[in-house]
Amino acid sequence: MRQQIIVSGVGGQGAVTLTRWLGEAAMLLGLPVITSETHGMAQRGGTVISMVKVGGFRGPLIPWGAADVGLFLHGDNLAVHGGYVRPGGVRVVNTQAPGAHLGLDALGAALGLGLKPVAANLVLLGYAAGRGVLFCGAEVLAEVIRQQTPARFREDSLLAFGAGEAAAREAGG
Amino acid sequence: MTRPSLAQPAAPPGLSERLLLGNEAIGRALVEAGVSLAASYPGTPASEILAAVVAAAHETGAEVHAEWSINEKVAFETALANSMCGRRSAVAMKQVGLNVAADPFFRAAYLGVTGGFLVVAADDPGPHSSQTEQDSRLLALAAQVPVLDPMDPREAREMVHLGLQLSERYELPVMLRPTTRVCHARQNVPLGEVRPLERPARFVRDPGRWAATPVFVRELHWRLHDKLTALAGEAQWAPEFLPGEGGRPEKCIVASGAAAAHALDMLAELGAAGQVDFYRVRMPFPLPRPWVEQVLGTYREILVLEEPGPVMELQLGAGRVRGRQSGQVPGFGELTPEVLGRVLAGFLGMAAPEVPAPAAGGVRPTLCPGCGHRGVFYALRETFPQGIFPSDIGCYTLGINLGAVDTCHCMGAGISQAAGFYHAYAAGGDFPPIVATIGDSTFYHAGIPALINAVFHRARFILVILDNQTTAMTGHQPTPALGVTAQGRPATPVALPELVRACGVKFLREVEAYNLPEVKDILLEADRFCRSSEGGVAVLIARHPCLLTPEGRRQPRHRVRVTEGCVGCRHCLEAFECRGLRWEEAEGRAAIDPVTCVGCGVCVHVCPAGAIEAEAGG
Ligand code: SF4
Ligand code: SF4
Repeated sequence: MRQQIIVSGVGGQGAVTLTRWLGEAAMLLGLPVITSETHGMAQRGGTVISMVKVGGFRGPLIPWGAADVGLFLHGDNLAVHGGYVRPGGVRVVNTQAPGAHLGLDALGAALGLGLKPVAANLVLLGYAAGRGVLFCGAEVLAEVIRQQTPARFREDSLLAFGAGEAAAREAGG
Repeated sequence: MTRPSLAQPAAPPGLSERLLLGNEAIGRALVEAGVSLAASYPGTPASEILAAVVAAAHETGAEVHAEWSINEKVAFETALANSMCGRRSAVAMKQVGLNVAADPFFRAAYLGVTGGFLVVAADDPGPHSSQTEQDSRLLALAAQVPVLDPMDPREAREMVHLGLQLSERYELPVMLRPTTRVCHARQNVPLGEVRPLERPARFVRDPGRWAATPVFVRELHWRLHDKLTALAGEAQWAPEFLPGEGGRPEKCIVASGAAAAHALDMLAELGAAGQVDFYRVRMPFPLPRPWVEQVLGTYREILVLEEPGPVMELQLGAGRVRGRQSGQVPGFGELTPEVLGRVLAGFLGMAAPEVPAPAAGGVRPTLCPGCGHRGVFYALRETFPQGIFPSDIGCYTLGINLGAVDTCHCMGAGISQAAGFYHAYAAGGDFPPIVATIGDSTFYHAGIPALINAVFHRARFILVILDNQTTAMTGHQPTPALGVTAQGRPATPVALPELVRACGVKFLREVEAYNLPEVKDILLEADRFCRSSEGGVAVLIARHPCLLTPEGRRQPRHRVRVTEGCVGCRHCLEAFECRGLRWEEAEGRAAIDPVTCVGCGVCVHVCPAGAIEAEAGG
């Protein structure tokens, strides 16, 4: 299995954590993985991008137009990073706006559950997994979250992830 | 199509793997290899290395002294002495940190080391988070220090072990030079056993070496030269050869670091994997002479891919080499997959892949909502519209968005520049208000000598130390004020106010950074002091804990709202730039964004119409 995924967000939103969960999921499946993430100044609220390459890749960066999947934690980021996704690839977007993507108001869903805004990421991840566009199934990611999240956040994280999955089921995928 | 030699190697049997950041792999390997002292100063992209040393020592029970030193020079010298006692040592920093440590670095090559000594200098091609795009390998070349250039976290881990062995074999410091794409890549990395080295400190006195005077240095320089020649000839460091299918016998590619990894990926992407001879260099300096001659004798065109500077290219010479200097590779900048795709296609005579427009747009970074720095910058700008504002390096460089940062040069420079601005203007008579800003960590790092110098030479300016009680930008490392080390052990705190007074400063005020009216009053008072007959440097310590620290999160909160009184002037959005405030198009006025606002209440002081209200609790 080979898959290239970009995660596009705004610094401090949790793109790095999401990237890590995807990397850990590959580890659980015994797949080689290399990811790249943004640190430093851009983490203070600037536009950031992370990349995940599963399978036999050498370098961590994905070229423009080559990603199979894009997870967009912020709708506005489509304009900036949308082109990383290859023709025929899938964009999963935290947005209410319609378009050529799989959209979900993940922030609204997180806040609706009484969770912190940062939980929107896990909602979106659960949604992407539920829609079957990722290299791994939702149960693998749920296991990663169970293993890696500190006890005091675990329940909320799984709640958010499950909400995304449920939304995917509703959307029929 | 994909040849087995290009695939990622599987984990060695018996060792488990973990998903590790390049910096974590390096830190972990330092502990595995028996390093007993590791010192660092944080800076992107090197910041996570020392924390990983601490974590690995904690996890494995290894005895390590790990410290956040006050700056890179001090870190280097401290670790060097541990090596002089026969113990393995390491120092980690970003590339510009190596400038700070250049003095001991250059001499360490001559005098050599005893216990293995690894100098980790992380480069930032791009640059993404640095004030220059310099190549630490060029400093290694200038200092005559061998340098290892890992292509990914797995190899960085391996090179820590090999580098320390190399260092011990030749009694030389060895540089490990990862780049951002190695430091901040995560990969499945094998874990190794910790092999504790029972090496009690044993310093062998030898003043002819450790205190070498020029007469001895001459001799040591010869010895350094001989060591490098011997080391360059080691078979295990010969470039890794990935032979092509023979269709292009006159061409080869020579690549190192992350550029080599991305070049291999892009060759596959172009459908050209394995079509051309490929040399992957792991030690770009010193290149083995016989190999250089063989390559120059075999190929008519040699494409050299390296980041960010031309280190291998310099050693291979001009003529047959296609690289950064000859123009086939862009002269600077990161060798991203897109750039490499273009370069490789051109070199192999293939159709170049479509060149995308660089991703433009997006939002710029800004101080966090509720950051204590924001109000201070706002107050500076409001109080001294004609002021000159030299600043420094940290989150607070983002004060540039608020029009209160005019310069940012290098660690500590803001204070010296403020003095220089004063002397420049004073020569003509009157001088404008000059207000330097510096963070607490940067002040400890390089601000103290600058402040002493300014006081001594009777410069007149205001210095605002933005004290958020941490090194925020790089991930919240403790400063010397806190009394706790990198390993969470008690330390002797060195407090800012005493330090400032000891520098000879006669005007010192401390203030809560959120208290805008008081900040403004003190700024005016400080300006009067500067201009008085006995005036000099006036220092203001503006305190508020960084909001991303536990202390910052404990701060009292307010319920804040924008009332009907908002006249829609947008002053709070434009001059204050807090993402907790947003523009409501429909109502034509500002509003609080309840998701991002942290309720600090500072914007209450900013609205000229008094339309922002705050009540305690929230
Ligand atoms: S991380 Fe801390 S110091 Fe940096 S901008 Fe945010 S609140 Fe301010
Ligand atoms: S209270 Fe005002 S200044 Fe503070 S975070 Fe909210 S909007 Fe920003």
